[in-house]
Amino acid sequence: MNSTPENKIVGRGNRDGAALFRDWYNDLSQTAETDGRAAYVFVMGSLNEILKSFDMPVVFPEINSLQTAVRRVAHDYLDEAEDHGYSPDICGYVKADYAVQKRGGEHPMGKIPKPSIAVLTNACNTYIKWAEIWERMYDIPIFTMDIPGTRQGGKPSLEGSVDFENDRRYVEAQIRELITLCEKVTGKKFDIDKLREVLKNTNSLHSSWEKVITLNQNTPAVFNALTDGTIFLGVANGLKGTPEGAKYFKELVEEMEYKVKNGIGTLTEEQYRLVFVGVPCYPIFRRFNELFTDWGGTFINSTYLWFASGGANRGFQYDLEDPIKSLSIGLLMSVRDAMDSMFHQEIMVESMVKDFKIDGIIYHPIKSCRTVSTGLADSRYHLSKKIDVPSLFIESDMMDRRVVTEAQMKNRIDAYFEGLASRRQRMGAH
Amino acid sequence: MSFETFPEWRGKELDEILYECRELLEDTEYPTINRWRQNGGKVAGHFQVYFPEEIAHAAGMLPVKMGGAPVEPNSADSHFGSYLCSIIKTSLEVALNEKVKLDLFISHPICDAARNLAAIFGRNFDYPCQILYLPQNPNSSHSLQYLTDEYGRLKRLVEEITGNKITDEKLRASIEVYNQNRQYLREIYDIKRDTPWLLTADEGYALLAIGGLIPREEHNEVLKTVIPLIKSRVRKKEDRIRLVFEGGFCEQPPLDLIRMLGQTCYLVDDDFLIGMRWILSDVSLEGEPLRNLAHSYLEDSSYSPVQHDNRKPKEEMLLKRIEACDAGAVIIAAAKMCEPGLEEQVAYTHELDRKGIPYFVTEFEENMNSFDHLEMQVDTFLENLLF
Repeated sequence: MNSTPENKIVGRGNRDGAALFRDWYNDLSQTAETDGRAAYVFVMGSLNEILKSFDMPVVFPEINSLQTAVRRVAHDYLDEAEDHGYSPDICGYVKADYAVQKRGGEHPMGKIPKPSIAVLTNACNTYIKWAEIWERMYDIPIFTMDIPGTRQGGKPSLEGSVDFENDRRYVEAQIRELITLCEKVTGKKFDIDKLREVLKNTNSLHSSWEKVITLNQNTPAVFNALTDGTIFLGVANGLKGTPEGAKYFKELVEEMEYKVKNGIGTLTEEQYRLVFVGVPCYPIFRRFNELFTDWGGTFINSTYLWFASGGANRGFQYDLEDPIKSLSIGLLMSVRDAMDSMFHQEIMVESMVKDFKIDGIIYHPIKSCRTVSTGLADSRYHLSKKIDVPSLFIESDMMDRRVVTEAQMKNRIDAYFEGLASRRQRMGAH
Repeated sequence: MSFETFPEWRGKELDEILYECRELLEDTEYPTINRWRQNGGKVAGHFQVYFPEEIAHAAGMLPVKMGGAPVEPNSADSHFGSYLCSIIKTSLEVALNEKVKLDLFISHPICDAARNLAAIFGRNFDYPCQILYLPQNPNSSHSLQYLTDEYGRLKRLVEEITGNKITDEKLRASIEVYNQNRQYLREIYDIKRDTPWLLTADEGYALLAIGGLIPREEHNEVLKTVIPLIKSRVRKKEDRIRLVFEGGFCEQPPLDLIRMLGQTCYLVDDDFLIGMRWILSDVSLEGEPLRNLAHSYLEDSSYSPVQHDNRKPKEEMLLKRIEACDAGAVIIAAAKMCEPGLEEQVAYTHELDRKGIPYFVTEFEENMNSFDHLEMQVDTFLENLLF
């Protein structure tokens, strides 16, 4: 390959993202090998901002679990957890992680260190039950950062209102309690200037993340929200608050802007612009995407990019002059936004359809995740009464290959695209 | 009381009163709620597990437990995907088919499915459909203030819906009604524990559960009447296994399943509709009523798989329940597709294994109507304990 500027810049996000990811896992393996411990956190409200200011290595068990599915070994882990009494109807992420723990951290990407603390939000209730497993297994402190969500669809409390302030004060009090707990766990004194540094890096990442998503409003799309997007999400979560994470996303914006300028898309010929609603089908990740790209369909945006980044898509900027208060506002707004994109996703999807010139909506509810999946059928029904965009509803799982039936899926996807094609023909547009 | 939603029990013998309670519970026309509405009353429907009913009551609303129903979710089914519990579908079903008409719907962040329910109701109905964010970090020093504020928000919403101002005096009066109710329910559970042969499992359950369908003053009158009658029943004690049922905190097993269990053992304690017994003793009538309600929720309350509180490890709480009622075995149940219940089963059984306490693990669904297989399994389990 010649080293033209294009070859250097196009695809850099995926290359560097994968490398950073491997480095991150290597670091975790080293920590595990030296009997070091890590903070266990979750993608929706990782509190990486606080944990990184204590230099704590962080483990994302959700990411560990999805990696077992992508690498096609999830079934081994699921079987082991089910042998220990966990029902087939329980979240596959929880079960795969349970088996990882039972195997002393053995994982396809390396070795996972044991936890010293688990920090979770209420963005997903299963987080709480999951952390209780570690609490029992390791006798570690678990901290639930309770972030009240939107009470009624489309009516979030506004910053400055009494209701918002009540919630914010609760979040701020918990941040301070978490800091005290981290001091106890690490034996380190909290350094507010270090927090400012972490928040500064996070501001940069947030702002870039928002830009990257917005750049996909262009035609052709400059990244695939399902496949490329998952790589970006990994970095956004794992390296949030670090200089490496900030740099990566700055360069990613550069790459995407370059692609926009030069009309470089994700497909040779982009035919259909799609929104993905739900969680990807990791057991057949590449193939699942091909079922759409084979028809010229590409995923332009997804609710996954919103909620699985913990609401980073809002691009929230922390006020470094008043970091704790600002963190409480940012957490409340971002995690609430992540929850809204699961419970009230029709609002987001409607705006995506308008802003991203969408031809179709793909709903993918899964057995493992009731947080994301419970309301999708109802949401689809109501959205279909408001906007005239064809949608497809296919169920499978993010972990469990026993409920992934590729042939049946392909039949339905093919029929969907045939419908899209005939609709386009009827409308006389291309 | 001048107006009654449930007059059927009046002037009847104990067995007939209990029959009427069971009939009411299984009546999918919801006569009591409809009578309330026909009389001009407003209705606040709330999903499991706990809701501070006193706040709605103080504004003159009828708080109703939207706790599933023995119906097929024919209309609701298309609003949901697969892999979901029955209770969220049937709760929507009775609202969609207008068997239960509401003026307010509240769900809670108890589980991933229930959190979606307010949004689903909100898309289908014009009345306010909200989540009451009960604190999930009860160990935070700020949780009491937060919950007091959240109850304050709910109070404003209820005032807006009813047009009735909720004064502290009204709230205290409602708390008093509910304190009385909690006292009566404790007495019912005392009977179950101390003299279980006087009250069968399904009778006890029916007496508890009708409270979710009628004004609490009426419930109090029913309980006040039946408790002395139950105590004076002449029934012979039998040599039966004393059993705890764990797993009824949200979706409820069918009444026939509870009846079947009661025929084979003494069900001396359970977590059926635990939200109705969530607060363990009287809520204080001194000082700020909303703060007192919040304080009792956090500091003087039961446990369930859907609340994490560092002070209440679930296995330890279960062991305390078993010990307090001197039970010899436990049924560890979970509603089908109920993730928190299924997860807790693992923790419970591992702990019971450690303690050598016999248990039987099962799943149920509110709409199941065949119990032969389950009955045989329970019989076998109990026989193994006896012989």
